Amino acid sequence: MREERFYRVLRVIGLAFFTLITAFPLYTVVISSIKPLGDVQSAFHWIPSRITFEPYVQIWSTVPLAHYFINSVIVCVSATVISVIVAILAAYAVSRYRFFGRNPFRLTVLSTQMFPGILFLLPLFIIFVNIDQTFGVHLYGSRVGLIITYLTFSLPLSIWMLVGYFNSIPRELEEAAMVDGSTALGALFRVLIPVSLPGIVAVAVFAFMTAWGEVLFASVLTTNATRTLAIGLRDYASQSNVYWNQLMAAAIVVSIPVVAGFLALQRYLVQGLTAGGVKG
Amino acid sequence: MSERKSEPGATPAVGRRRRWLGPQMFPYLLLVPAIVFELLIHIVPMVFGVVISFLKLTALYIRNWSQAPFVGFENFRIGLEPRGAIGSALVHSFLITLAYTMLVVAGSWVFGVAAALLVNSEFRGRGWFRTLFLIPYTLPIYVAVIAWEFMLQQNTGSINTLLVDDLHILKNPPFWLIGGKAFWSLVMTALWRSWPFAFLLILAALQNIPQDLYEAAAVDGASKWRQFRSITLPQIRPVSAVVVLVLFLWTFNDFNTPYILFGQSPPAAADLLSLHIYINSFVDLNFGLGAAMSTLLLLFLFIVSVVYVRLLRVGSEENA
Repeated sequence: MREERFYRVLRVIGLAFFTLITAFPLYTVVISSIKPLGDVQSAFHWIPSRITFEPYVQIWSTVPLAHYFINSVIVCVSATVISVIVAILAAYAVSRYRFFGRNPFRLTVLSTQMFPGILFLLPLFIIFVNIDQTFGVHLYGSRVGLIITYLTFSLPLSIWMLVGYFNSIPRELEEAAMVDGSTALGALFRVLIPVSLPGIVAVAVFAFMTAWGEVLFASVLTTNATRTLAIGLRDYASQSNVYWNQLMAAAIVVSIPVVAGFLALQRYLVQGLTAGGVKG
Repeated sequence: MSERKSEPGATPAVGRRRRWLGPQMFPYLLLVPAIVFELLIHIVPMVFGVVISFLKLTALYIRNWSQAPFVGFENFRIGLEPRGAIGSALVHSFLITLAYTMLVVAGSWVFGVAAALLVNSEFRGRGWFRTLFLIPYTLPIYVAVIAWEFMLQQNTGSINTLLVDDLHILKNPPFWLIGGKAFWSLVMTALWRSWPFAFLLILAALQNIPQDLYEAAAVDGASKWRQFRSITLPQIRPVSAVVVLVLFLWTFNDFNTPYILFGQSPPAAADLLSLHIYINSFVDLNFGLGAAMSTLLLLFLFIVSVVYVRLLRVGSEENA
């Protein structure tokens, strides 16, 4: 079995290659987060001169990290909750009914999901500034304004994934409920939503992750008071000094919620992603 | 997915209880919130974006956009003038972005397929590899890019330690974030974060391929390579089409990677389109020109997506 052996060797080499390219940056981040400042300001060494957990304490005072954390949580949770609720209703209509305008709606959702954020940021920025000027309503620099702009990507994403997920669930379940006298809305809430819970959670996690990593809108539409983590981490670099060890520690701390969430739910997420228009 | 016919039997209860609205209205009621949001966050801004691309909207008029003078196609002319400074910079940025996109998408697909094939076979510990490979994709984008920014530092970064001190491939530590090498830094960073996405979806597709196809092929004496070409590749084609389209759009529209690596003054070699438009709008405060560039970008993406979707029938009802 020379072929068998050849493929076994190939697999070991391949896995080693991918493990190395994945682990190399992760190792750099983790090891640098437990180095003293002097270490990260001179040439990089694989082993710290001494191990210290001070960076994990200092990150909270060097920069108002807790404040940025709260801002990020408020904005991302709000955008996710609004998107998922609106998307459940819309996806139910698109998945279960044929109606005039259904295809234009689907195409609008699909195409807006493809467009770059800069396309929406520029006009929304001008609109926000002018609303402020004309009506005195502060959207620019406020959390509400940021939440609205986050819907530009989280809403189409949620609708698209949920339509795919609802399509994968047999409609006979709701039909049985409706024969028993339930309304269509009742069938949605009592049958379809409970059955689709894994898919809905997957969509929510996905929308949240995308919002958590968002930089573009936050870079323009936040002020010191409403700054999110994505922009706030910049503050570890001052004019003269970059606190790389603290920056790496903060990077790990802000990643934990999304990495843990994704890995815990990865089976549902894959299911949700593949159902959402990716399924062959 | 088979085509569903409108079944009147599906909505009798609604018809009985909400006669005043009629059962045909029910799906529209469900869609009201989504349509309102779509209008407010997508349609109105997009139309408004096209409108301001015809205005000389500079910092002077930002608080009363309606006062900005109408200049017709002037912004488009400036943006596309190949001999002008702005036009040639835009063309350069477009070409850089295309090269970047092709390298990252092709690299992600190849890595994704290779790693998915490796993890798909039965062996102990495959779950660990799967989880490890996914981590870069699950990190917030800015965390992944900041990690690479640190690694790519000339005198304190781990890449130069690896290449110069450990492997002795290079004699002098190069500057990765300045000059021509900045482009390759960009590609490496984006590839590191993007390929796990291809891996995730292609692995899911591989697991859906019926095993008896391979068994039948093996009985017929087909080699592994032959099985890969004749069974695996055709079976993962629909997923590959979606992966490539999604990665193309993400990469082509990428703002995060260059913005976090280089800030508001990227080296020419790393001046990607989204950042280029951003700088024209929010740094140089020429919003009309930025809007004209956005409109051109919109047209380009629209054409590419339509052609691609037509060619491969991605997202069509039969494929959805």
